[in-house]
Amino acid sequence: MSAKRHATQPFHVVGTRPPRYDGADKVTGRALYGPDISLPGLLHGKVLRSPHAHARILSIDTSRAEALPGVYGVVTAQDLPETEDQTARDHVLASDKALYVGHSIAAVAASTLHIAEQAAQIIEVEYEVLPAVVDVMEAIKDSAPLLHETMKTRSLAGESQTPSNIASHLQHVKGDPAKGFAEAADDGVIVEREFRTAMAHQGYIEPHAATAEWSTDGHLTVYTTTQGTFSIRGHLAELLNLRLSQVRVVPTEVGGAFGGKNDGYIDVATALLARKTGQPVKIVMTRAEVFLATGPAPGAFIRVKMGATHDGRITAAQAELYYEAGAYPGAFVGAAANVIFGPYDIPHGQIDGYDVVVNKPKTATYRAPCAPPVCFAAEQVIDELAEKIGLDPLEFRIRNCAKEGTRQVNGSAHTDIGCYEVLKAARGHPHYSAPLEGPHRGRGVAQTYWGNWGAQSSCTVSVNADGTVSLITGSVDLSGTRTSLAMQAAEVLGLTLEQVKPSVGDTDSVGYADTSAGSRTTVATGIAVARAAQDVIAQMSARAALLWDVPADTVAFHQGAFTAGQDADKRFSFAELAARLSETGGPVTGVGNVDVREWGASFGTHIVDVEVDPETGQVTILRYTAVQDVGKAIHPGHVEGQMVGGVVQGIGLALYEGYVYDQEGQLLNPTLLDYKLPTALDAPPVETVIVEVPYPKHPFGARGVGETPIVPPPAAIANAIYRAVGVRMDQIPMTPARILKKMGVI
Amino acid sequence: MTSKTVVSATINGERVEFLCEPHQSLLECLRDILGLTGTKEGCNDGNCGACSVLLDGRLVNSCLVLGVEVEGRTVTTVEGLADWRGLHPIQQAFIEEDALQCGFCTPGILIATKALLDREPDPSEERIRTWLAGNLCRCTGYEVIVRAVRSAAARLAQPGEEVAR
Repeated sequence: MSAKRHATQPFHVVGTRPPRYDGADKVTGRALYGPDISLPGLLHGKVLRSPHAHARILSIDTSRAEALPGVYGVVTAQDLPETEDQTARDHVLASDKALYVGHSIAAVAASTLHIAEQAAQIIEVEYEVLPAVVDVMEAIKDSAPLLHETMKTRSLAGESQTPSNIASHLQHVKGDPAKGFAEAADDGVIVEREFRTAMAHQGYIEPHAATAEWSTDGHLTVYTTTQGTFSIRGHLAELLNLRLSQVRVVPTEVGGAFGGKNDGYIDVATALLARKTGQPVKIVMTRAEVFLATGPAPGAFIRVKMGATHDGRITAAQAELYYEAGAYPGAFVGAAANVIFGPYDIPHGQIDGYDVVVNKPKTATYRAPCAPPVCFAAEQVIDELAEKIGLDPLEFRIRNCAKEGTRQVNGSAHTDIGCYEVLKAARGHPHYSAPLEGPHRGRGVAQTYWGNWGAQSSCTVSVNADGTVSLITGSVDLSGTRTSLAMQAAEVLGLTLEQVKPSVGDTDSVGYADTSAGSRTTVATGIAVARAAQDVIAQMSARAALLWDVPADTVAFHQGAFTAGQDADKRFSFAELAARLSETGGPVTGVGNVDVREWGASFGTHIVDVEVDPETGQVTILRYTAVQDVGKAIHPGHVEGQMVGGVVQGIGLALYEGYVYDQEGQLLNPTLLDYKLPTALDAPPVETVIVEVPYPKHPFGARGVGETPIVPPPAAIANAIYRAVGVRMDQIPMTPARILKKMGVI
Repeated sequence: MTSKTVVSATINGERVEFLCEPHQSLLECLRDILGLTGTKEGCNDGNCGACSVLLDGRLVNSCLVLGVEVEGRTVTTVEGLADWRGLHPIQQAFIEEDALQCGFCTPGILIATKALLDREPDPSEERIRTWLAGNLCRCTGYEVIVRAVRSAAARLAQPGEEVAR
C-alpha cells in the first residue's frame, strides 16, 4: 500500500523473546507494590466517603473522631489551600457538595487501620440530600438536576446561554452528509441504530495505595502505585501549593493500571494527614472504594447512521455520542470521535460528541479510552450494511478501508497505516474460512484502530567500567517496558540484554516523563532510549579518537566495536573502551530527551466464533483470532501478551462487566463477586497474528500495542451473536438475560 | 483496644510466634506483623485469590482466615516456594512461559498451582482452568498461565524434582 516501508533489518536483540527483567522479583514475592510500603512510625489512613450521590454538605464535625484514642489527625477540604483548579480540589476532598456515592469528605490517620476505620465512622456530616441524575440521557434534559449550577456547555460556537450538565459539545463535519445519504437512499441502503454501554472498571487487582512523609524542612515524599510519577507530582504540588522540587514521587511496582492509575485519588489526603500528624501515613483503598471512588470508564449512548451504495461503497456516516463524564467533565469523547469511523474512507460524515456530567465517579481513561463503545456501535451498523448489500463482511470493510492519505471525518489524514494489511491477513487466515457447523453458532468480525500517544520522555544511559550500562527512565513499567526499553538500548549499543540494567527512577533522580499511557512507552520512551544510546556512542567515539590520536569523525561504531579506518590495531570493543573512560575524561552518560508530536496508529481485525445457548442465553466463545499491525514487535512475547490480555478484557466488556446503579445513584455491584471479571474458565484461548507494517518514526518501526486489542471484542462478539441467533444486540454487557429478551424468550 | 493473643505456627518451614488481635485476618498477620508482603490483598472478601496461601497444605484465601486460627498449624506463602536449590519449578515455569505481566496476582496463582500439582501431578487444561477460576488475573488473559502450569507439571515429573518441592 504505502511506498514508505522499511527494509527488513537484521536485529540481534529486537524481535527476540528474553525473560522479563522483573520476573524473578514477581515470582518470589519480593517485588514491592503500593500497599507493601512501610516506614518507621507509619500511621494508617482511612477516607470517609459520601453515602449520597448528590448532597450539599452543611457541616462536618470531626471532634468525636479526633478524641478517639489512637487517632492522630483528621483532615477535610478546610485543610487544603485555595487553588486555581477548584474541580481538582473538590475531587480529592469535597467542599460544598458531594457529587457521587464515594466522594471523599474527610480522612483520618490512626495508629492502626481498625482505629482509623472506626474513627471515620464517627465523623458527623450533615447533608442536604439533593435529587441525583445517573443516566446520561436523563442528565441532558432541561429538567435534570444540575451537578454544577454555573457550568455551561462549551462548543466551537462559544458557551451556552443557560447552565447544563453537558460540559462540552464537539463536532466534526466532512463533505456534505445530506448528499451522501441521498446517494445511498437512491441506490443503496441506510442503517440507523442506537446503542447503550455501561460504565466499566479497569479491574486492576492491586488497589490504589499511597504512603507520604514530610521532612522537617517541608519536602514531601510520596510512594505510590501510579502510571505517571511526574503527573502525580504536579497534582500534589498544585493542590498543596508547593514547588515541584519540594515533592518527590517514588513509583512502586504497579499491580495493574490499564489507564486507571494516571490520576491521584488518595495521594493528597495522605500527604495532608502526614503533614498534620508529623508522621508518615499510608492509605490503601478497599475494593469497594476502588469501584466507587476511582476513575472507571464512562458508559455511553450512541446513535449511528450509515449509508452505502449497492456496489458496496460507504457514502455517508453520522454519529451522536453521549458519554457520561461522571461528576466532573472530561470523558475522552474526542478519542471516541477519532475511532468511530477511523478505519474507513468516508466521503461525507458528521460526528457530534457530548461530555455529560452525572452523579457517578469522575471517569478516567481505560485502555483505548471511550473506544470500545463506538466500535460496538459502528461495527454492527457496518455489518448490517454488508449483509443488506450482500457482501462478505470483511470484503465490505476492505473495499472501504482507510489508506495512505485518507482524510478522516475528524479532518486529519492517515499516514503510514496498516489498515488494509490487517484486513487482508484476517481474510486469508484459516479461521475465516474454517467451516462453522452446528445450530446457534455464528462468526463475527470487527475492525478498529487506536492512535499512539507520543509526548515527553527522557532517558539516561551511564556506562560502567566493565562495559555494562545502566538505563534509567521516568516511564513507569506497567507490563514489561523495562525489558522492551533495555532491548532497544542493547540493540543500538551492540550489547547483550544482560549488559543493560534498566530501572525506573523517582522524580528527583531522572528527567521528566509523561505518564505511561496511550500505548506510548515502548515507542516514545524507546525513541529517547535510542537517542541516549546514540549519545553514548558519540561520546565514546570521541574517547577512542583521543586514545588513537585521530579526528573524532573517523571513528566508526559497528556491531559493538569502535574502529578507525582499516587499521586493525585501532579497534575497541565496547567493554575495552568502557574500561578506559577514567583515563580519558571520566564518566560517560548519554542523554535522550524527546517530545514526540506524531501519532502513530495500530489497526486490528478480530474474528470470533460463538455458540449461544437458546435456553439460557449463555454465550460460549469457540474460537478467537486477533490480527494487529504492531509496526515491529520489539518483544513478540510481550506483544502477544498485550493482545491476548486486551482481548480478554474486551470479552469482559462484551459479556460480563458493567456498573449497575439504582435511581438514587447507589452502586449495586461494588465487589468482585457482583462485578464479574473474566476468570480462567471464561477466557478462551486467543490466537494472535502479528502484522508488521513498520512505523517510520520509530528507530525499529515499533507501534504502540496495548490498547487496540480491547476495542473490537464487543463488536465482533455482537456480530457473531447475530449470525448465531439472529438478534442484534444494542447494549453491553450482552448478558444472558439481555440476549434472551432480544430473542423473545423472556 | 482489644488484648492481643500469642499465636505459634510454622510459616514457610520456620516455627514463629506472633502477637495478633483476635479480629485480624491471617492476611493482615502475614503482611503487617510478619512482614511477608508477597501475599497480596485484592478484595479482602474472598473473590480474587490474590491472598492465596496453603494452610496445612490446603489452599485458602488468607483474608478469610483469622490469624488466631493458625495456632499450631502450617502456613506456606509465596516466600516459601524457593529454597536453597533456587526457584521452585513452578516459579521457573512462570518466568519461562512469561505467565505474568503486572505480577500482583502471581503469588496467589503460584500457591494455587502448588496446591493443585501437589495432589494432581498431571491435570488437564480444563482441570487447570477450573482450579484457577478463583484467582483473578487482569493482565494475561490466562492462556500463558495455563501453559505455565502444564510446564511446571512436566518439570516436577522429572526425576529428582518430586522430593520436597
